[in-house]
Amino acid sequence: MALLEVDDLSVTFARRGQRAVHAVDGVSFSVDAGQVVGLVGESGCGKSVTSLAIMGLLPKQPGLRVGGKAVFDGTDLLQLDDRSRRDIRGRDIAMIFQDPLSSLNPVIPIGLQVTEVLTRHRGMKGDAAAKEAASLLDRVGIPDPKRRLKEYPHQLSGGMRQRALIAMAVACQPRLLIADEPTTALDVTIQAQILELLKGLVRDSGTALLMITHDLGVVAGMCDTVNVLYGGRVVETARRRPLFREPRHPYTVGLLGSVPRLDAGRGEKLNPIPGSVRDLLPWPDGCAFAPRCARRIDDCVGQPPELVHTYDGRSYRCVNPEPVPGTVPAPREEESA
Amino acid sequence: MSDKDILVEVRDLKVHFPIKRGVLFDRVVGHVKAVDGVDLSIPRGKTYGLVGESGCGKSTLGRALLQLNPPTSGEVSFDGVELTTLPAGKLRSMRRRMQMIFQDPMSSLDPRQNVESILTEGLQTHGIGTDRTDRRRIIGETLDAVGLPRWALSRYPHEFSGGQRQRIGIARALVLGPELIVADEPVSALDVSIQAQVVNLLDELQDSLGLTYLVIAHDLAVVRHISDTVGVMYLGALVEEAPSDRLYTEPLHPYTRALMSAVPVPDPDVEDNRERILLAGDLPSPANPPSGCRFHTRCPWAQPTRCKDERPVLREIGASRVACHWAEQIATGELRPHQVSVEIVRPEGEGESPGVVSAPSEPGSYV
Amino acid sequence: MTLSPGKKREKIDRLSELAARDDERGVSLWQEAFRRLRGNPAAIVGAIILALFVLVAVVGPFLVPYAPTDTIGIREGLIKPGVIPGVNGDHWFGYDHQGRDEFSRMIVGARQTLLVGVVSTLIGLAIGALIGGVSGAAAGLGGRWGRWIDTTLMRFIDMLLAMPSLLLAVSIAALLGASLTTVMIAVGVVSVPVFARLLRGSMISQANSDYVLAATSLGVKKSKIALTHVVPNSLAPVIVQATLTLATAIIEAAALSFLGLGNPDTAVPEWGVMLADAQQYLGIRPSLAIYPAVAIIITALGFTLLGEAMREALDPKLRK
Repeated sequence: MALLEVDDLSVTFARRGQRAVHAVDGVSFSVDAGQVVGLVGESGCGKSVTSLAIMGLLPKQPGLRVGGKAVFDGTDLLQLDDRSRRDIRGRDIAMIFQDPLSSLNPVIPIGLQVTEVLTRHRGMKGDAAAKEAASLLDRVGIPDPKRRLKEYPHQLSGGMRQRALIAMAVACQPRLLIADEPTTALDVTIQAQILELLKGLVRDSGTALLMITHDLGVVAGMCDTVNVLYGGRVVETARRRPLFREPRHPYTVGLLGSVPRLDAGRGEKLNPIPGSVRDLLPWPDGCAFAPRCARRIDDCVGQPPELVHTYDGRSYRCVNPEPVPGTVPAPREEESA
Repeated sequence: MSDKDILVEVRDLKVHFPIKRGVLFDRVVGHVKAVDGVDLSIPRGKTYGLVGESGCGKSTLGRALLQLNPPTSGEVSFDGVELTTLPAGKLRSMRRRMQMIFQDPMSSLDPRQNVESILTEGLQTHGIGTDRTDRRRIIGETLDAVGLPRWALSRYPHEFSGGQRQRIGIARALVLGPELIVADEPVSALDVSIQAQVVNLLDELQDSLGLTYLVIAHDLAVVRHISDTVGVMYLGALVEEAPSDRLYTEPLHPYTRALMSAVPVPDPDVEDNRERILLAGDLPSPANPPSGCRFHTRCPWAQPTRCKDERPVLREIGASRVACHWAEQIATGELRPHQVSVEIVRPEGEGESPGVVSAPSEPGSYV
Repeated sequence: MTLSPGKKREKIDRLSELAARDDERGVSLWQEAFRRLRGNPAAIVGAIILALFVLVAVVGPFLVPYAPTDTIGIREGLIKPGVIPGVNGDHWFGYDHQGRDEFSRMIVGARQTLLVGVVSTLIGLAIGALIGGVSGAAAGLGGRWGRWIDTTLMRFIDMLLAMPSLLLAVSIAALLGASLTTVMIAVGVVSVPVFARLLRGSMISQANSDYVLAATSLGVKKSKIALTHVVPNSLAPVIVQATLTLATAIIEAAALSFLGLGNPDTAVPEWGVMLADAQQYLGIRPSLAIYPAVAIIITALGFTLLGEAMREALDPKLRK
């Protein structure tokens, strides 16, 4: 039984006088205890909305519809009332955001913000809480933690703020940590520090980590399982190595071909995906990626592509996937050629 | 054209911004040394990549080169013409030959101008094109070159996607027929799949038009991909400059090595097996840079002698130029990396002067 | 749902060309803002109120049943000390204290009120925008001299701002004597600092934007950048403020008239003056105060509704 099982999650924003937007459309994935799972995709693919929906943090507005299930340890998070959801949030599931400055309260010292979490979820008070807060800051690699506790967020650098935020997130030893682009706002050398810290936390505490990012490099170094999202759907799920070695969905192939690699030589041409993320096909009409896809065939349009499970535990939504090297292409591709 | 044909030459360029305090009268209490003595030259038709982390002064350098930020001192010569002393009128007409591409394609386009008006503005300013039809022809050719359809002309920036907007920004620079293009983070605001489109476009344009680029970016992989020569900046100065491939195969400066090892590569095999040099702490404040070698506070190879009190200058080692006292010894493995204590430098503007707090680093900060 | 291959191909082509509607012209920000405005019920209500107000102000005086200065009530001997007759079939709002037809006076008064609101706002807008524009351009694009000009102008504005607005208006009125022109100038001057600061602030933030840097790097002259880029992009908040100021200007003008600083010739009807006159007769016939008060409130509401809707429509943050 997985720790978090997201099943057919859908999020729709309906606006007065406009067509409803399916931000997330039938997303399913699971996170096992102690595992690092990646949600990868470009802007607008629904990765952040997915995490916010799981946490119940989507801004309440008329026209918002959340469907499906997100079962965490036997309870469906989407069915909980606000109160019990708040209890789970911070204690069992914690979240780290992209921008540490706006996630911290600017007028309250770091220490108070950390002890607040400890008081609320672990019932610690006074000196004990302060001591624990200091040891938490120490654990996430903030030097001179006792002094830092009295400081305000603006007095810390970006990397230190993100560390402080991670300290708050792990304060209650959550079983699941959701990190939404935790290093996007940071410099590469600081990013490396934070990723190393997150890896260490997962290794030492057995916390599961749901990593939301657009950076395939980050995914390659961290995640056990990767879900690639496009147009609000999971288009491919695979374990890390097979995904990078033999991507099956043309979108994954395209993404990997687009990234300039540090170890590739000068002048090696990149293979970008044509068009832009805006060229979406509404899902019921077919594969959302079809307008940009080089392997598009007639079957791509008309009905949404089914999720195909392969024998080695991968899955993808594509009627004409990239062939695995050394195998005979499926006959249906020949038909269409 | 030979490699010796230098289009841009920068000599000891400095850009210092005064830090002002005071209620009624501004009092200068210090300087942020955003760029502090940079020498570089860019051969015609080549790409010079400038890489570094935020706050290292790379964008300021790019703007100072184009005289968009007045340099504090130093020289910038463009095709033999000294720009820093050029009268305003002459400088304006010189701008036709050197253009800029911006990071954020949305904010660098006037939201109330349609594409035609955006592209016409530069032409009118420099009196290029005889009449409206002639200008339309030039604009049409530019649109073709950057891969935008003709119907884009009557559209406004908000009606385009991010990648298309960046193409408009490139077209605006290109329409004047410049020789030098300074591209400040040209792809960092774009999605991955779009980044590659723009990178390829820049490459193609260079091939067909013989453009010279100064590409400024924080993404080492992007810079390495499109540059012939890469300069690495740290706290306002170049620490290493080398041909793109050589920088990757033989990084000489400790900072370059750390930067290189921190860039994630989308390949699990590479990621799992690489040696990672994790730098301790954050970037020191450019208002109060460390003495001697500016990197010595975070350098895993820092030595007790020279590093603290003698500022290294760029010296040539093979095809590279590097500003490190111990580059050779580090390259041969004679010097081994050691742990660095974390130093935290307070950010600017909290009233007290930037102080330094030391503490032992957590175990495992250096892997 | 299955489609024939031909149909499918057609569909793909149609979808991939979805973005390429080359027959359509682009939609500018103003056009888009107008579209949003049209979709906002508050804007529609505000616009209807204002349209009615303007219509009454323009054609009303030609259609009124009685001359607004005709003291019918006195002629017919209806006005006695302590008695002001009420509504009857010929006089829908009754008579005022001099026996004039209140309904006709309300209609004719609309024109004066509109004039006061528009003229005083225009005075404030013109002076304020001029000072703010020069100051903003100088601070945003000028060098050392620019900062000096900006500082001088802004200290002047600060002085205006430091004075209570009503006090300022009263002193101007005292200086120029009581007349309608005085009221308009006074109300206009009071709104100068708001417009000046608004335009200046908006221009400075625009002057620091990347597209201004881009224009500079194209070689465009600073004066041209200020006029073609900075000013047009800074106008939205000023336009919104002008609409909102129209509402307060009418109320402020009414207040000044109420204090007796308005047109001394009370024969010419104006809602603020009418309200001022009515206060003496509140005990006898309170409706004389209620009619102009309600009219002022509704008109101000119309301007406010439209102004707030415009703010929403022009807000760049709401742009998708």
